[in-house]
This record gives sequence, C-alpha cells and structure tokens, in this order.
Amino acid sequence: MSAPLVDIRNVSHRFGQLSVLKNVSLAIEPGSYTILLGPSGSGKTTLLSILGGFVTPSEGKVFIRGEDCTSVPPAKRPTTTVFQDYALFPHMSVGGNVGFGLRMQGVDGATRTAKAREALALVGLAAAFDKKPHQLSGGQRQRVALARALVIEPAVLLLDEPLGALDLKLRRQMQDELKAIQKRVGTAFVHVTHDQEEAMALADHCVVMNDGRIEDEGPPERVYARPKTRFSATFMGESTILAGTVTEAKNGIVTVSTSAGPISLPGAAPAGAGVALAIRPEHLVLGDAKGDVALGTAKVGDVVFQGSFKRVLAASTRDPASQFIAKAPASATVQPGDTIAVSCNAQDIILLVD
Amino acid sequence: MRAVIRIAAWLYAIAIYGFTFLPVVVLVLFSLQATSFPIPPFTGPSLRWYQAVLSDTRLTSALVNSLLVAVLSSLASVTLGFLSAWGFARFVLPGSALLRGLITLPLTVSYLIIGMGLLVLFNWAGVPKSLLAAGIGHVVINLPLCFAIIYSQMGDHQINIERAARDLGAAEWKVLLMITVPVMAPAIFAGFFLSMTFSWDEFVISFLLTRFETTLPVEIWNLLRSGLNPKTNAVGSLVFAISIVLVVFFELTLLRRKPA
Repeated sequence: MSAPLVDIRNVSHRFGQLSVLKNVSLAIEPGSYTILLGPSGSGKTTLLSILGGFVTPSEGKVFIRGEDCTSVPPAKRPTTTVFQDYALFPHMSVGGNVGFGLRMQGVDGATRTAKAREALALVGLAAAFDKKPHQLSGGQRQRVALARALVIEPAVLLLDEPLGALDLKLRRQMQDELKAIQKRVGTAFVHVTHDQEEAMALADHCVVMNDGRIEDEGPPERVYARPKTRFSATFMGESTILAGTVTEAKNGIVTVSTSAGPISLPGAAPAGAGVALAIRPEHLVLGDAKGDVALGTAKVGDVVFQGSFKRVLAASTRDPASQFIAKAPASATVQPGDTIAVSCNAQDIILLVD
Repeated sequence: MRAVIRIAAWLYAIAIYGFTFLPVVVLVLFSLQATSFPIPPFTGPSLRWYQAVLSDTRLTSALVNSLLVAVLSSLASVTLGFLSAWGFARFVLPGSALLRGLITLPLTVSYLIIGMGLLVLFNWAGVPKSLLAAGIGHVVINLPLCFAIIYSQMGDHQINIERAARDLGAAEWKVLLMITVPVMAPAIFAGFFLSMTFSWDEFVISFLLTRFETTLPVEIWNLLRSGLNPKTNAVGSLVFAISIVLVVFFELTLLRRKPA
C-alpha cells in the first residue's frame, strides 16, 4: 500500500480565541479531485491555507509525499494555489505570469516560453501569450491563474473558491473544464467551495465541513445518498428531517416514533436512542401513489416551479412545525393551500444517529 | 441678469488666475528684459540675462548641487518610505497606528523647526554644514510624504499577488523587487517626483545646513541681497521651468494610471 499523497494528521487551528479547526485528519490520494465543501466559517479555507503553507496550524502535522511540511513556507512546498481573485501579476504579460514559477526555478528563457505556451494551450488560451491580464475576461484570467499554477507541476494544486467570481453559466462551463483538465494532467486537485452542485459535479472525494470539523467524507454519490450526519444531509442537497426516538430494534429493522407517526426502516440503533430521519426531496411521494411508509397528510405552503420539476414545501398536519421538502413533477397540479398525503419507501429513508 | 452673472463669473476667474499667475508672468517677462532693471517699460525680448546666469559659475554649480541633492535625497526618501509603507501594510506591528502617526508627523512640523533641530543635532554629532547635511534634512521632510503616498496606494488586493509569487517559489527580496515595486510603480514615481519638487525649491533647511557649497534657492537669496536685476528673474524662471517639468511628471505618473 502506498502512503497517501497528502496526509493531514490531527490538525487544529485557532485564530486568537477562536477555534477554527478542531482535530481534523484527512488523506488525499494521488490524482484525486478532492472538494472541501462547507458554509462560510466552517474552516475549509483555513484548511486549504494550511495545505498551501500560508498558515501554520496550532497543532497537528501535514505530510506531503511522506515529508513533514507542517511549517515549510509556500515557496518550498510542492503545492501551488489558484487564488479566488486570481492574483495575476498586473505588470507582466500572460506569458510572463505563467512562466514566473519556472523563472524562479532558474529555468532558461526558451524552455520557459515553450512550457508556458504549452500550459496556456492546455487551458485553451494559446493566443493570449502576449496579452496583459487586464485585457482578459474573468473566465480567461481564471484559466491563466490555473496555467500559472500547473506549469511548475505541483504535487497538489489548491483552488480557493476558483469559480466564486464567475457568473452562473460561465461557472458551470469552467467546472466542466476544470474536471477535464484535472483528468488530463493527473495532478491531485483540492478545491474549496460552498456550492454543493459544484462539489457533486467535480469531486472524486467530497469532504463536508462544518464548524471546524469534517462531518462526512467519501465519494459524492455516497455522501449524497447516505450522509453520515444531519448536517451533511441538509448541506449536501436538501432533506426533510424527522426527529424521533427508537422504540424497538430487532432483526435489522428499527422502529422510530416521530411526529409523523411510527416509522419502521432497515437499520441499527439501540432502543431509546434519539435519531433523525432524513428523506431526500425526490423520494417523498405526494398524493395517492403511495410509498410503503405513510407520513400522514400535509398542507402545501409553497410551490416553486424550477423548470424540470416543482419544489414543494408542505407542513405536516399532525405537527405543523415539521416541514416536508418534496420534488414534484413539472406537470403536478398541486397548489398552495392543498392538503395532500405524503409517503415514501422505507429503503430511501436515511437513519442518522445523533 | 444671466449676462451679469456670466460677466461676474468671468471677472472672478480672471481675478483668481491673475492673482496666482501674474507674479510668475511678470517674473518670466522681465527675465527677457534687454536693459538692466526688471521694471517697466519692457525693453526685450533678449536672452542676455540667461546668458549671464549660465556663465555665472556660482549659479551653475548651485544648480548642479540642487539637482544632485534633489535626486539623491528623493531616492533615499522614496526607498525608505516604500520599505516602511510595505512593513506597515504587510506585517502586524505592535502600536502600528501610533508608529504610522509618528512617521507622518514631520509633515506638520515647520521646515524652520526641522532645520534648527538638525542644525543643533549635527553640531552636537560633529557633522559639518554641507550638502550632505541639507540632503539629510530633505529626507526628513520628504520621507513622510513618500510614506503617505505609497502607503495609501498599498491595498489588500496586492497581498494575494505577493502570496502568489511566494507560492510559485520567489524569495522575499524577489517578491519585493519583481512584484511589489512594479505593481506600486505609479505611487513610487509620484513620491519621487513630488520629493524632487519639494527638495528643488526648499530654502530654509538648505540655508541653515549648508555653508560654502550651497543649493540654488540659497544662492538666489544671496543674489537678491544686492538688489533686483533681470538675472534674478532669469534664474527664477529656470527654477520655475524645472518645477513645472517635475510636477507634470508627478501628475502623469500618479493621476493618469489607475489600476485596472
């Protein structure tokens, strides 16, 4: 077994009194695309800064290619960062920007130019070599920043909310390109974002962070389908959450008493434990086409047409404080004010032990 | 009614520009006088007084001294001002606000006080009155200015640019020389040219701190002691012309180039 490319061990960090990272451990595999996903203040950017060498953690160690890099300055470690504001050198041409890292390594001018051109071609900007950064659009600057960071062949490329400053359409387009470029160069990418769609589209390995901790990590499909915590069930996509208590557990079936009535589902939890049940919007069935678990009736509060589907918010009749979030077909005739039956299938319910 | 207001506005404009520029116009005009007194009627134009200035070795060597002091003291001011601005902008220093206040404080102190203070200090330290002493005096007055100009232009958006350079393997001195200085070039040039302008026509400090070799303003003062003649007008016009050139450079560097 080879060691992971990056091994973050028990890292904690405090800014003054404020604890921003709490005993975080994370392994990053060679050639993987890792996404650090979390709301602002979750510590994801601090973790990236620690990887890049801009912040030395209060506690813990960072190993890159097996070497202890915890307090190695950015210049000396095999990582490069693509900054959120791109941080291009405004007084240099695009070629000068991309060649800068090689220049610092003492690479001669001709090789530098050749490699910089190659890197620009990789990001589809071969023609921009002699332009100045201010002549480029936001998306193009983003690519230059990417080429500049990739040209020195880092072991890990760090991206700090790289798509944050772009408009939605460009964002989705750059997202596809990022993935394609990563596949082509084979460098490990670590990408920070608060956009869960971006995370699901890009990640091989998705790390959900909240309040300085890693809540959940794994392939995005798994994190979405079977989130490990209540936070990741609500942050990585939406969920209806039903809180309850386990009343009975035997033969791999638990029965949970909730505000929507008793629900039996496959799973394991000790009787008496407080649990939460999460149900993805696409798994809630509205109306008479019944799933095998009835969740009572609900009064529809809001219907939002989203093109390919309608997002329905409905309050449970039995417990108006509990909200159902459901995805109905675009053709559904459901109206605000309607009272409808809500159900789902037992195997789609996610059991979260608090 | 409207016509009256327009006429009044024009009169006001003429009065204010006349008040500001008439002395300079008169100075330049009578520097071209053909006869020996810079008083009406105008007898020129003639360049004889300019010829007299340029063949007066005391004046020409004072002019060279002034340029030397201006260039060297401005270089020192802008270098020290840049380094301190960078230090204040990039590092967390204890008592930063107080120290920043102290560094700009000389801007509010009169040149006379600074000159006298330096005179006493140099006397005590055994530094003789010289162009060097005057140059140091000019650094004292211009460093705060350079600091203030450069510090004001040193925003947070450059922090990531410097970080990116470090991240790509640049040593600290390379970051400064290859990234920070070029990015800050407009402010640095502006500080330099403004320092040059101030050093160039500074009188009090130079007067107090120089003896045998002196700067042009002090030499002009010497000349004036023997009364007005068109030669003083000619040398004044030259000083004015050079100041204009410096100010134009200052405006071009700071005001024209705005960061994209």
